[in-house]
Amino acid sequence: MAVVEAPKPSEESNTKTSSQPNTITLRIARSNPSEGQEPSFSEFQIPVQKWTTVLEAILYVKQNFDHSVAVRYSCRQASCGSCGMKINGRPALACYTKVSELNSNVITVEPMNNFPIIRDLAVDFKQLISNHKKMKPFIIREDSEVTPESKEFIQTPQDLEKFLQFSYCIKCGLCNSACPTMATDTSFIGPQGLAQAYRYVADNRDKGKDDRLKIVDDSHGIWRCHFAGSCSQVCPKGVDPAMAIQLLRGYLLGFRK
Amino acid sequence: MAERLSNREGIKGMANPTRYGLERVAYWLQRLSGLGLLAYLIGHIYETSAIVNGKIAWDKMLELTQTIEGHLILTLVIGMCVFHTANGIRVMLGHGGIGVGKPGQPEYPYKAASLNYKQRLCIWVSIALAALAMMYGASVLLGD
Repeated sequence: MAVVEAPKPSEESNTKTSSQPNTITLRIARSNPSEGQEPSFSEFQIPVQKWTTVLEAILYVKQNFDHSVAVRYSCRQASCGSCGMKINGRPALACYTKVSELNSNVITVEPMNNFPIIRDLAVDFKQLISNHKKMKPFIIREDSEVTPESKEFIQTPQDLEKFLQFSYCIKCGLCNSACPTMATDTSFIGPQGLAQAYRYVADNRDKGKDDRLKIVDDSHGIWRCHFAGSCSQVCPKGVDPAMAIQLLRGYLLGFRK
Repeated sequence: MAERLSNREGIKGMANPTRYGLERVAYWLQRLSGLGLLAYLIGHIYETSAIVNGKIAWDKMLELTQTIEGHLILTLVIGMCVFHTANGIRVMLGHGGIGVGKPGQPEYPYKAASLNYKQRLCIWVSIALAALAMMYGASVLLGD
């Protein structure tokens, strides 16, 4: 286990900044399953401000101590869904989690559960993307609004509200990582895929409801959800997959038409 | 090895109720009480099957259960039964889309509508009902 300390900030730089940096211990899970490397933790002492995010802390490590730490990130503003990881035991976006809100001087970052590890904090999204595609995430209907002779499909604000929330999914995978069914069932579609099925079923422009209901009405489909609500607890965009799944099940149980 | 490569939490993760709030605790209690009731049902069938061996065998079996430990187990069974029923009704209604809120524009800090106060209240009521039933059961079984 490597322990690396940050260089002390000089007196000059201290006088220039209004907020004094605290030092925290960042523990980063290290592993490389393809090379047979056993999981371990590397520890780094790093300075943080009250607005420092966990992603910035990891990038500080990469810039100053160990550039070999593998982490996936892109937008740094909770829009791309790349930097999902387990932060102090709970799935969260690293760019959307401030170190100060964790109320701990020791921060442990690990790869998300229920996803195969590529290396360190980077996980494989193959299953999530494949399940997402399985839900046919597009409007299904025979006519089109892009042909010259047709008009756009009219929707009222009320129609829009029925699915808008679920279209904010950024496919970060946090919901799948928190789901207790995903923890044990390797073939479960997962809350992300099921919520996306509902997003299109609830869209009044779509005519593919029966197709999608047939896909989710499977032994590893919607019936495996037991409404533990953990997916909605960790969703960083307010998508609320637990609600989408229960509403989708309402169609199969005949509560909804 | 396969488990490690897929990085699944497995049963240990599924059965960990500590990280995701009250709803996950309710999920855990529902599973635990379900397994407990299944174990009781098997034990109960074994116990009552003693009757086919005649009155003496039946009385012997009854003696075995009419102990402090037997009564404590029965008190626990009452609690599990009440919680499993009450929370099960909440979950079943939720599965039909009842009481899980309505879709709408999510506003920061993005509190999930499906994890609303009605759901939380129902969980607490289920726990309270189970506790009350256990207290009543204990007073009848263990009281003089």
